[in-house]
Amino acid sequence: MSKTLFDKVWDTHVVRQIQDGPDVLFIDRHLIHEVTSPVAFLGLKSRGIRVLYPERTFATADHNTPTINQHLPVADPLSANQLDALESNSNEYGISYWGLGHQKNGIVHVVGPEYGITQPGATIVCGDSHTSTHGAFGAIAFGIGTSEVEMVLATQCIMQPKPKKMRININGKLGFGVTPKDVALYIISKLSTSGATGYFVEYAGDVFENMTMEGRMTVCNLSIEMGARGGMIAPDETTIEYVKGREFTPKGEAWDRALAYYKTLKTDADAIFDKELTFSASDIEPMITYGTNPGMGMGISHDIPDAAQVEGGVATYEKSLNYMGFHEGDSMIGKPVDFVFVGSCTNGRIEDFRAFTSLVKGKHKAENVTAWLVPGSHIVEAQIKEEGLLDILTEAGFTLRQPGCSACLAMNDDKVPAGKYAVSTSNRNFEGRQGPGARTMLASPLVAAAAAVTGVVTDPRTLIEELV
Amino acid sequence: MAYDKFNIITSTAVPLPIENVDTDQLIPARFLKATERVGFGDNLFRDWRYNADNTPKADFVLNNPVYSGKILVGGKNFGSGSSREHAAWAVYDYGFRCVVSSFFADIFRNNCLNVGVLPVQVSAEFAEKIFTAVIGDPKTEIEVNLPAQSITILSTGDTEKFDISPYKKDNMINGFDDIDYLQSIKGEIEEFAANLPL
Repeated sequence: MSKTLFDKVWDTHVVRQIQDGPDVLFIDRHLIHEVTSPVAFLGLKSRGIRVLYPERTFATADHNTPTINQHLPVADPLSANQLDALESNSNEYGISYWGLGHQKNGIVHVVGPEYGITQPGATIVCGDSHTSTHGAFGAIAFGIGTSEVEMVLATQCIMQPKPKKMRININGKLGFGVTPKDVALYIISKLSTSGATGYFVEYAGDVFENMTMEGRMTVCNLSIEMGARGGMIAPDETTIEYVKGREFTPKGEAWDRALAYYKTLKTDADAIFDKELTFSASDIEPMITYGTNPGMGMGISHDIPDAAQVEGGVATYEKSLNYMGFHEGDSMIGKPVDFVFVGSCTNGRIEDFRAFTSLVKGKHKAENVTAWLVPGSHIVEAQIKEEGLLDILTEAGFTLRQPGCSACLAMNDDKVPAGKYAVSTSNRNFEGRQGPGARTMLASPLVAAAAAVTGVVTDPRTLIEELV
Repeated sequence: MAYDKFNIITSTAVPLPIENVDTDQLIPARFLKATERVGFGDNLFRDWRYNADNTPKADFVLNNPVYSGKILVGGKNFGSGSSREHAAWAVYDYGFRCVVSSFFADIFRNNCLNVGVLPVQVSAEFAEKIFTAVIGDPKTEIEVNLPAQSITILSTGDTEKFDISPYKKDNMINGFDDIDYLQSIKGEIEEFAANLPL
């Protein structure tokens, strides 16, 4: 029978099917961080059970870590306590631990791929909804709750009903200044934040085939924001080139076996999806959000739609615009910007900093803007320096912080104050996401760069003639 | 973690007719720093419920004394966003055992089922009927009958069936969790792991 990419990976990992119930799904690689794991370890302790395969779990601290002075003790006692718990739990159960100060420390969805933990055709979970990022490699990767973290630690399995399958096709050439982030925000604006709920998405078409792994990760990362549990892209030469030779990538004979498996990972020509959508690359322009969920986005040159034009209740829509201090019919161009955040598991990779730097080169940070540039990992941080980007950024009035999730969810001190506006390359513009009362506009690193140098929302296409 | 068994609940309900209630509203990230599962109910809907100076916001439904009960009725696409199980813990810890909505986000629904909160998905029309009944008379009682998979507005007799997998239904009625099951098939899992392609 013809299978989709998703079917192939899923079916390979089903230990047992429960009649009228979920599948027991084997998990190849498990990533944990300080926030969603402590209660899972408590559960193990109270049940008196060990971790079944400690070598399949990897721990990194990222959610509440500071992004300056990481050599100093963490000042917030609650954060410090969670970080200590991750370290002691990892040590007690024999799990690789990449804590603050460790060379491999960084955002879990950035370091996973960098060290080859992420492999095509693998099942990967983490107590974090943006685990969908790893789908860029043709893995089934999705976020889980703490009860499931405990299940994976105890048995390397979780129990999941098999989701429905959706394919999103985009062909054509992306326009000037249009990045993978814009592609994802465009799809979400078309589907809404619940349009793919219950589905696992496969992204197909030459737009995705032509993307780098960094770009594919940005797209798959945002799958959850359309409600999908995850999204994936079939592995190809670009994928194999990326994973080959990384620390946790199979070596020698194991690599040959892995390669043979990777090559089977594509949707059969006549496989059926429960839902199939097609968009055109030429319809996508640089995007920005104007509301309080990622579905409330539009091309940066558009005006904020009237409640009557959008799906959903008027009251909810008005509450959202009211929170943002925006009005129906407003143009986003020229809106005030107080903060610019470049980073997160969505846009904290080298390509994102290259894009940002390409636009700010030779310009200067606007006086009214506070900019937080936060690399996703030490590898990204080192690349920024090695490629000379840091010199350009410094010249333009920017500084670089240390790796972590930072202002994406503002669990550390990187909080946008109440009422202030942030253009953010992260993934969620929910009320209070970047700090109580903070107002977030999601956008690409290029749109963030345009805001950072002009101090207001600006179409990046008007600022430079040739973009990378 | 153990939770109370769920059978039939008859209770008044708290209406929250807002769409896309996300997990950052259910429990903001800054309250995720505990290493134990205690006290999350205090911060349920923290920023909708309290002002910056921690005084209650009078216009938020949880601060309105006329509404109470074990059932929370939310708008469409309830629980979107993060995978934080803390959101479901906060709902449970506050005292809700059931959330009703015309549409749930996936991970939140899953988390609820794992911690003893029953997510009841109803039609948009039925959700409207509940909102109308409860807002019209906050003393309106709703019966959620898990064995029969039905939800009923007792004052009007309006009733609707809801879906739940037989496996999860059995778990909730008995207070079981998935780890009990998975532990029981560990040998099979180990054999399976030995034959994987990666």
